[in-house]
Amino acid sequence: MAQSNNSIKKILTVAFALCIVCSVIVSTAAVALRPKQQLNQELDRKTNILSVANLYEPGMDVEEAFSEVTPRVVDMRTGEYTDELDPETFDHFQAARDPAMGRTLSGDRDIAGLSRVENFATVYLVGDAEDPDQIILPIRGQGLWGLMRGFMSVEGDGNTIVGITYYEHSETPGLGAEVNNPRWQAQWEGKKIFADGEDLTPAIHLTKGGADDETEIDALSGATLTSNGVTNMLQFWLSPEGFGTYLARFRSEVDREEVQEADVELEAEA
Amino acid sequence: MSAVTPKGVLTTPIFNNNPIALQVLGICSALAVTTSMSVSLVMALAVISVTAFSNLFVSLIRHHIPSSIRIIVQMTIIASLVIVVDQVLKAFAYEMSKQLSVFVGLIITNCIVMGRAEGFAMQNSPGLSFLDGVGNGLGYGFILMTVGFFRELLGSGSIFGFTVLQTVQDGGWYVPNGLLLLPPSAFFIIGLIIWALRETHPEQVERNEFVMRKNSMPKEAV
Repeated sequence: MAQSNNSIKKILTVAFALCIVCSVIVSTAAVALRPKQQLNQELDRKTNILSVANLYEPGMDVEEAFSEVTPRVVDMRTGEYTDELDPETFDHFQAARDPAMGRTLSGDRDIAGLSRVENFATVYLVGDAEDPDQIILPIRGQGLWGLMRGFMSVEGDGNTIVGITYYEHSETPGLGAEVNNPRWQAQWEGKKIFADGEDLTPAIHLTKGGADDETEIDALSGATLTSNGVTNMLQFWLSPEGFGTYLARFRSEVDREEVQEADVELEAEA
Repeated sequence: MSAVTPKGVLTTPIFNNNPIALQVLGICSALAVTTSMSVSLVMALAVISVTAFSNLFVSLIRHHIPSSIRIIVQMTIIASLVIVVDQVLKAFAYEMSKQLSVFVGLIITNCIVMGRAEGFAMQNSPGLSFLDGVGNGLGYGFILMTVGFFRELLGSGSIFGFTVLQTVQDGGWYVPNGLLLLPPSAFFIIGLIIWALRETHPEQVERNEFVMRKNSMPKEAV
């Protein structure tokens, strides 16, 4: 028995048959379960978007609630919507890598640690797409241990924050991972991105020892580097490098000329 | 080894011959996935199904496996099963699979699975092998759940996600122990479990590999 099992013919037969059987099983499982998995991923993304907009309640019909939300692709350089890209299929990560759709950030401008960033982004508008109740922006940046990806929701005035949530991060449990603690997230509501002045530099930041005014958020205790990461990614994504130009459209108090000047400066730097 | 009986192969791995506590296999995932009990439970179920079915399939074809490629044959079977389990979790328990992330895939490298396939299933009938796989999975699950219980209770103040000790962050009184949420804490708990098991089952205590000699007197040393 042992002898015949170790003949070359038998070895090849067993190896080949095993590979065929296993690959059939694996591919059947993968193909049969794929629709269900994609549905889960989609549902997860929509749940995140709804929860940052404070529209999510456990057990609700996510699909139905999501019909209130309109995804649009924004060109972050001009702040205008673009119809060239389909918001359903637009992929941020692919766009960041594509030379035609993204740009490389040099040292001191790359405060969020992204190295490359896309020129387009999908935003989600809650309510009337022309005059939205809320604008939901995707944000990402380096935390302490790795990339943090999340959403931020801003009211229709382009300045008042509704909420922030991270759906992917690798921060320390109990310390940095408290970014998703509902009690900490609750203090974001009603904060302002920009100080009373009209400039385009976002004022919102995390601070130690208690927040004093409406552009300050109490930082996470014991997680200085995660807090810095959150501040940096907000500073980046809400500046004209990110959604600054786009948000300025909603802020009536901002002078249009100033926005254009900032654009010119940005282009000159690039 | 005692006689192989269906009841024996199912129950001995839980206390008497625990894969983690006695054989010290599969420690890596026991550190990684035990921050909460629900995650530990899903991981334990995943490992139970993989060990059980890999044992079953290896045992079914054990007379046809050429000895020169037996390890890779076992590996292929285990890897296929793990992928299937991973896909099922992604489809039916998406939240869980996100928390378990790579550790479901890493069941492939869990020494318990491989060890049982090579050590038991290659010599025994399919039925017994299946039960042996379930038994060893249960032994693994027992440690996982115990570790998970202490880590979740003391680290997050909850059990299965239900708050037991209201933490300071949520306005309660309990200051959670951050260390218990980090992987190294599982080492301490597993160490304590091994200690407790060896106190109750003295036959598990290993004999010293060598005996220390008495200190030589200073007088003799010079």
